Amino acid sequence: MIEFDDVSFRYDAGTPWILRDVCLRIPEGEFTLVVGTTGSGKSTLLRAINGLVPHFTGGDFLGDVRVHGRSTRITPPRELADVVGYVPQDPMSGFVTDTVEEELAYAMESLGVAPATMRRRVEETLDLLGLDEVRARPLVALSGGQRQRVAIGAAMASHPRVLILDEPTSALDPGAAEEVLASLQRIVHDLGVTAVIAEHRLERVVQYVDRVLIIEPGGVREGIPQVMMTDAPIAPPVVELGRLAGWNPLPLTIRDARREAEPLRRILVGRSSQRPHPPVGVRRATMDSVDAAYGRTPALRGVDIEVRGGQVLAVMGRNGAGKSTLLSLLAGMITPTTGHVQVDGVDPSRLEGPELVRHVGLVPQNPTDLLECATVADECRLSDRDARVLAGTTRALLALLAPDVRDDTHPRDLSAGQQVSLVLAIILASRPPLVVLDEPTRGLDYPTKSRLAEHLRDLASQGHAVVIATHDVELVAEVADTVLILADGEVVAHGPTSEVVTSSPMFAPQVTKIMSPGIWLTVADVESALAEERRA
Amino acid sequence: MTATAIAPDTIVGTARLGRWTHPGAWWLWSLLLAVTASRTTNPLFLILLICVLALVVHRRERPGGRTFTFFLRIAAVIVVIRVLAQMLLGGAWGDTVIATLPSITLPVWAAGLRLGGPVVLEVILAGFYDGLRLAAIILCIGAANALASPRRLLKSLPSALYEFGVSIVIALTFAPQLVHDIERVRTSRRLRGRATRGPRAFAGAALPVLHSALDQSIELAAAMDARGYGRMGTAQARERRFVVALIGVAVIAGAIGLFGLMAAQVPAVLSWSLAAGALIAAAGALVLASRHRNRTVYRPDPWGRSEWIVVASGALALVISVLTTTLSPLAMNPPTDPPTWPSLPIGALLALVSAGCAGYLSTSRPEEMP
Repeated sequence: MIEFDDVSFRYDAGTPWILRDVCLRIPEGEFTLVVGTTGSGKSTLLRAINGLVPHFTGGDFLGDVRVHGRSTRITPPRELADVVGYVPQDPMSGFVTDTVEEELAYAMESLGVAPATMRRRVEETLDLLGLDEVRARPLVALSGGQRQRVAIGAAMASHPRVLILDEPTSALDPGAAEEVLASLQRIVHDLGVTAVIAEHRLERVVQYVDRVLIIEPGGVREGIPQVMMTDAPIAPPVVELGRLAGWNPLPLTIRDARREAEPLRRILVGRSSQRPHPPVGVRRATMDSVDAAYGRTPALRGVDIEVRGGQVLAVMGRNGAGKSTLLSLLAGMITPTTGHVQVDGVDPSRLEGPELVRHVGLVPQNPTDLLECATVADECRLSDRDARVLAGTTRALLALLAPDVRDDTHPRDLSAGQQVSLVLAIILASRPPLVVLDEPTRGLDYPTKSRLAEHLRDLASQGHAVVIATHDVELVAEVADTVLILADGEVVAHGPTSEVVTSSPMFAPQVTKIMSPGIWLTVADVESALAEERRA
Repeated sequence: MTATAIAPDTIVGTARLGRWTHPGAWWLWSLLLAVTASRTTNPLFLILLICVLALVVHRRERPGGRTFTFFLRIAAVIVVIRVLAQMLLGGAWGDTVIATLPSITLPVWAAGLRLGGPVVLEVILAGFYDGLRLAAIILCIGAANALASPRRLLKSLPSALYEFGVSIVIALTFAPQLVHDIERVRTSRRLRGRATRGPRAFAGAALPVLHSALDQSIELAAAMDARGYGRMGTAQARERRFVVALIGVAVIAGAIGLFGLMAAQVPAVLSWSLAAGALIAAAGALVLASRHRNRTVYRPDPWGRSEWIVVASGALALVISVLTTTLSPLAMNPPTDPPTWPSLPIGALLALVSAGCAGYLSTSRPEEMP
């Protein structure tokens, strides 16, 4: 169905090749996962399938891509629209119409599908993706999971033979992500669609797919998941645990892993993940029966929290549960309708300019909003001046967080992980005692994520208090000592990580699920416990 | 299941259970009322017309179309500016002096205008009537906006014009998005401890905002392309050239015709026939181009009895008001010198009732169904 013949691509002469001599065949009806580190060319490969690369991007394109027998060299994306459906990374950015139904019909209108057929297919798609209840709703009023399902529906309603999806679950909470992937699997199984998906969070996807395609600097390899995951450069915790324990064949699902894990659980009985108890450092921030609202819509109700130095607090919950509101309150961006917020004994919403950053630093969901210079070096110099610290402070911090960032790069050209690092360095230059991060791991691969986790733990050990809002249960398992779960603006759970996440299947990390009833959070915990067991 | 348990969502568009009236009907209705408003300065009539617009909008507004209050504010500003301008620059004809402002007379090279001086009731009234007329016209457009979004109107456009229409609609939605982005970036700058006010703050915010706007439009363009926007139709190259030629003829004939209509030297017959020819050529090009565009429309808005009622109610209002103006010209354009208390002829009242009928006789919006 999809054939790549010696495909090479780079954006500009003089820049490095992003794809190099890629040859591959994807047969009809297969569900393929593209795996690679950040910046390895996953999106480029996906966009080459429907001709957006090179027709939309320009650049040097060698070789040939054929989809359903049509060459993308001579066929522009719009003429391939009847064969390939494309779901972009941010569904909102690709919406053309106002409402769910119209969006689902858009591609079919362009393709000239007969009105009666179109009507039937929209109904089918609404059912298939569970969107019937919201069919007449404006797209802006949908939740993240619903938007993602609309984007998938909009791409597949015209019955393309191929569906390509760029990180369809990156912005979703675990529940919504499961929903989207279940719908996707249904489409592949029921309609025989060939699907190609790129996703960083392998733990969510790998059990659904038929084939895995790994992009490495050396080239592209493909095969069945069990084989490919044995040495893939990035792997979900279930695979890492399997590698550690030497299970063969490698389990990809919790179910398979639990069967294999029986002996492992026996060896480790009586042990558990050791996490320092929530430390009793200096009190950095408190919220005192806080309510918050946007206009007349309540966003938070009766929230009481206390964050101390040395603590890493993870705030979790569905899309729209009030996580970002809580963070904005801590950073003084909004004021509570009732109750008090204090950071270091002062009300953060009263602080202005540099004074604010000396108390609390927030890394927003779109880190690029904070960047305004043309090069990384300028950005760092500006930050030093703003924070009134020694010249070079920010640059030194950045070198610690992301060693491979070059001075003359434009901040927009950095990878997602590097952008988060740069903004974090800028924030940290003022040494705020409270550091707040909103979804910092969106678009980060496992190595970058664990580097970030390490830095957050370092910050905590230096006495900073850290608050993270995230959907990423694996990150929480790695760094947080306390977890707060919000639902509908109210706190529904608050306590040490090992207690909170192990008691909820939705927020439990994979290792916890595999090793229960033992309390385990990460592969590293299991590894060090095993090493101790062997020594004993 | 009882009828009340049916979610409003499931009955949108089904004719028997209430549906949205065709957006084209509402736009025609508003334009007819705008013409009606432009032909009168009777303040009672204009104020009542604005009330009728508000009433119909209230009854038939699309959810999310909260634009009417915005237009109301613009209308109020227009009236105030018009009255103030009249007060300062309007001159001093009339006898009813209310107050006297300090005045300056500009030198001759500035047309010898006099600013300030006596404030005369007649002058202010004239300004008020005129401002009210403009406000009513603007509110007609505002009502059309609230009753049917321009985006819905797109669906009824001939398919040859579709791409053109989409680009205009996207450009229109771009501005509010930009305002939203600026707000977001400004709050983010505060996180960095930078100024959020003043020109430097604005300059600092401009770059990230423009960057993200550009990224967004490229992303949108790619997504639209990937979904078949702008696909080639089945037309042969020869036909396409013919359409282009036809459009060229229409443009040239139209330009000359319009020039002729405005410059009195060209014989009227020639300019009218050129203009008519241009229209025919343009229509022909549209029909030809549309025939080969392989576009279909999902659930097109039907044009039925309700639509005819809406258009008829607007048309009737215009006809009645024109008749009333002919019968009693003074009532519809009350004199301001000397100032008289305006009266409302029975015809004007009938015109208003006719305009308001659209809000009651057109199909009700889906939520209102039992």
